[in-house]
Amino acid sequence: MSRISKDQVKHVAHLARLAVTDEEAEMLTEQLDKIIGFAEELNELDTDNVEPTTHVLEMKNILREDEVRNSVSVDEAMKNAPAQKDGQFKVPNILE
Amino acid sequence: MSILDKKISELHQLLHTKELSVTDIVDASFDRIHQVDDQVRAFLTLNEEYSRIKAKQLDEKLVSGADRGLLFGMPIGIKDNIVTKGIRTTCASRILENFEPIYDSTVVERLTEADTIMMGKLNMDEFAMGSSNENSGFYPTHNPWDLSCVPGGSSGASAAAVSAGEVLFSLGSDTGGSIRQPAAFCGVVGLKPTYGLVSRYGLVAFASSLDQIGPITTNVEDNAYLLQAIAGNDPMDSTSAKVDIPDYLASLTGEVKGLKIGVPKEYLGEGVEPGVKERVMEALKVLEGLGATWEEVSLPHSRYALATYYLLSSSEASANLSRFDGVRYGLRSDNSNNLIDMYKQSRSEGFGEEVKRRIMLGTFALSSGYYVAYYKKAQKVRTLIKEDFTNVFEKYDVIIGPTTPSASFKCGAMTKDPLTMYMNDILTIPVNLAGVPAISVPCGFSGGLPIGLQIIGKHFDEATIYKVAHAFEQATEHHKAKPKL
Repeated sequence: MSRISKDQVKHVAHLARLAVTDEEAEMLTEQLDKIIGFAEELNELDTDNVEPTTHVLEMKNILREDEVRNSVSVDEAMKNAPAQKDGQFKVPNILE
Repeated sequence: MSILDKKISELHQLLHTKELSVTDIVDASFDRIHQVDDQVRAFLTLNEEYSRIKAKQLDEKLVSGADRGLLFGMPIGIKDNIVTKGIRTTCASRILENFEPIYDSTVVERLTEADTIMMGKLNMDEFAMGSSNENSGFYPTHNPWDLSCVPGGSSGASAAAVSAGEVLFSLGSDTGGSIRQPAAFCGVVGLKPTYGLVSRYGLVAFASSLDQIGPITTNVEDNAYLLQAIAGNDPMDSTSAKVDIPDYLASLTGEVKGLKIGVPKEYLGEGVEPGVKERVMEALKVLEGLGATWEEVSLPHSRYALATYYLLSSSEASANLSRFDGVRYGLRSDNSNNLIDMYKQSRSEGFGEEVKRRIMLGTFALSSGYYVAYYKKAQKVRTLIKEDFTNVFEKYDVIIGPTTPSASFKCGAMTKDPLTMYMNDILTIPVNLAGVPAISVPCGFSGGLPIGLQIIGKHFDEATIYKVAHAFEQATEHHKAKPKL
């Protein structure tokens, strides 16, 4: 049985904000199924009493003084904008 | 012998005695780049005008007797996922083809303070995803030892440019082996520092819990120099560790008597080519001859590292790469008429195949209903892999094995099946999952192509790694071999 269906692949593509053609979805279904199948070998291990590792070093709550520091100017922030208007990022219609 | 075959300490001596100027060094570097880079294809962007001006400025400093930085006058190449103010930084992706950062990464700031000369930006697998440089969105880089072979990846060009003598040294980044594997394939020295030793501020994130910037050089001493300049806490990176930075050069004593080496049986097992095993066994003999001892050890969860890595790194990548949406920077597709469609079209046109595949895998592993089965499971196995290393390091000073299961391979040989390509990193990935440091140093050849010896150390014990690597290097001639190009 396959581990991931073509419909699931299309749903995941939507979540990831990727446009996929029918052909690409087909190919991705096959490749992801293989990779996920490979990943399922982790199920051989009993990890019920194992704590997950999110970070390799023992550090938490890195705090610093709340000081005013230099920031970027509007011009700099807009330097790489694909489209802009009045110092703001311009995007296509959000409301229909 | 070319100027760039010399070590930093030798070049500094020649600068000091005025036998050489910084301009001479920079000229030699650009001459070599113009001579060979149309074959190697290591550079995506050259910083020539600035570099030549900077060389003149440093020459004036030399005359005036002003204080000189640690890496005074040394030409460096920077992997193109490390941001450089005003200099195009693409991550070898079409989505960032015209991106000009508005700030310098911390490592680049520190290299500027150290008086290096930033010669240009180096090719890579797109967003550091790949093991051959064939995933570059622009063009593949070739291995200087055999132009029909890959240089490895993802810092393939960082290793190739150093191997070909185009620059004295370079910076790469290593998420699952991306410094060590290409260093092995190109016959140079590459270090992945302990997670948290070098600031990631300004490194375009792939997998934030694994990524580390590190130095690639032709010899161990230069590697220690370069790490010295970039290591240390940075308030701009909250994962940057607050540790004292030792004098790495002081650790290059050649003295390894009494050193205890663990050799994991999993690193010399099935899938590792005979030529690679032979070189590693010879290297262990050399170290034995210098007074070190070695024993077989076990890292029992090694075989689960690859699956763990692909789940975790792809999950993190899917979140990190969501910032590329065509709004604030990067490519925006013209083929859309609403916002969601604009996101989708821009990302689909801008990202390459492997990047999309990993975003898909990561999004799936993090999606509702699958998170516990895949992502959380992988985080738990990561704990087991990390504990493997902790256990071995209770009794041993370093762990030694090959860097890769084989030497470099022909371009195109592994592009069909993503899983086969992933197998390249099977001996380097566990190190990233555990966050420990490791170096790859040249240890000979198999079938005419370089092989790398991997030396793995305890957290923040780069000094011992350098000590062992340097002692091995001084006792052998491997690092003196240069590609005929």
